Amino acid sequence: MIDSKKLDPNFKFEVSKEIGGENIKHCFSCGTCTVGCPVREIDDKYNPRKIIRMVLLGMRERVLKSDFIWLCSMCYTCYDRCPQGVHLTDIMTALKNIAVREGYIHPAFKEQARLVGTFGRLYEVEDFDNKKRNKLGLPPVKKTFHDVAKLLKDSDLKELIK
Amino acid sequence: MKYALFLGCTIPVRSQNYEMSAREVAKKLGIDFVDIEDFSCCGFPVKSSSVEASLVLAARNLAIAAEKKLTICTLCNACTGVLTEANKELNENKALREKVNDKLGSIDKEFKKGVKIRHFSRILYEDVGLEKLKEMVKRDLSSLKVSVHYGCHYERPKELYDDFDDPENPKSLDKLVEATGARSIDYKDKLDCCGGAILGVQEDIALEMAKNKLDNITAIKLEMAKHKLDNVSVKKVDALITQCPFCSIMYEDNRRKIESKFNVQYNDLPVLFYPQLLGLAMGLDTKQLGFRLNKIKATGLLQRLGLE
Repeated sequence: MIDSKKLDPNFKFEVSKEIGGENIKHCFSCGTCTVGCPVREIDDKYNPRKIIRMVLLGMRERVLKSDFIWLCSMCYTCYDRCPQGVHLTDIMTALKNIAVREGYIHPAFKEQARLVGTFGRLYEVEDFDNKKRNKLGLPPVKKTFHDVAKLLKDSDLKELIK
Repeated sequence: MKYALFLGCTIPVRSQNYEMSAREVAKKLGIDFVDIEDFSCCGFPVKSSSVEASLVLAARNLAIAAEKKLTICTLCNACTGVLTEANKELNENKALREKVNDKLGSIDKEFKKGVKIRHFSRILYEDVGLEKLKEMVKRDLSSLKVSVHYGCHYERPKELYDDFDDPENPKSLDKLVEATGARSIDYKDKLDCCGGAILGVQEDIALEMAKNKLDNITAIKLEMAKHKLDNVSVKKVDALITQCPFCSIMYEDNRRKIESKFNVQYNDLPVLFYPQLLGLAMGLDTKQLGFRLNKIKATGLLQRLGLE
């Protein structure tokens, strides 16, 4: 049961102010997104149409605290097929961005932000890696990008990369 | 033809065979790759946490390419997608551009309009062209049957890629395969995602996504036998061809895990990067093309070509 007193009617406006969240109110719930979704095909706890509906209804806490917003594989199938141009992939990203600011980041993404914020790369490059590259006839790659670290320390991810 | 080679995070430490084969093939085709040490992560891994941070990272790389006045050549689909999208948004949205440039100012960089981003496969398809590739073929691959996996960010979302191919019915990579002399064999749900982006979020789902693709590719044998589609002697597909390091990780590095988790067997179906296949056709040797680094050995395929 949805308790209407607990709904936040401003949630949809909040999402629509995010980069990529602008078109959320265009959704007319046709379900094209859900039909073609490769994640939904395997596990129906990820249901893009339902998530959009929950946002439009104002179920802010339920959505932001959920596991399911992190399950979008960003394949853009729904993005291209949506007859209303809702840009679902970007909406999921916008929801994740808001969730992060509310302190609900998934640990996998927390670790990715930490790595990129520390090294400027998703993987720490060791001397071993450059030695291997040298043996293969490949040029060495830079291990740490201090300017990238500086940029991320000045971003809204700064708390995550301390 | 001169491009700034954008390696991204995964390729230089996990998919050196992709990098080696791309470099060798490029050299042979007269493509000049310029290595730029300052290219960092594209921004994709932080996009889910902060679109703005991701845009700043992408813009930093685009600014570097602008300074060098070079088109970026990517090898990874996710790098291609994030850089192309950031480039489009920063070109079109002045307020966003000013905001991002304000941040970049702290490291003496500035995003400027005019940079182009191209995936290596698209460069081969558009800038080099199929005819030129066919002319370069030195080794007969006509006995090979392979299936291709495009990977999501290669052509989706459609609005980023100038209609160079149809994302709902892509043909460009199939044509690149056919240019080598090998046959590209169709299969069910060809456009489905590898699952790579959620491997760290929910491994079960990601592995099942990869499994479904491997099922569909290896099921071709049955389908063809059942329907007697053509006169091709019915044999299994010799390899899966990818053009993104993370798709390859899903189908190759995670193979044993998938096989034991779902109790299936894919008979060591090799996973090759497209430039490895093209390199074979161009007469390059397997060492140059990094075949030693393929985790699932392409022994059967190479033996058939008299290379092992």
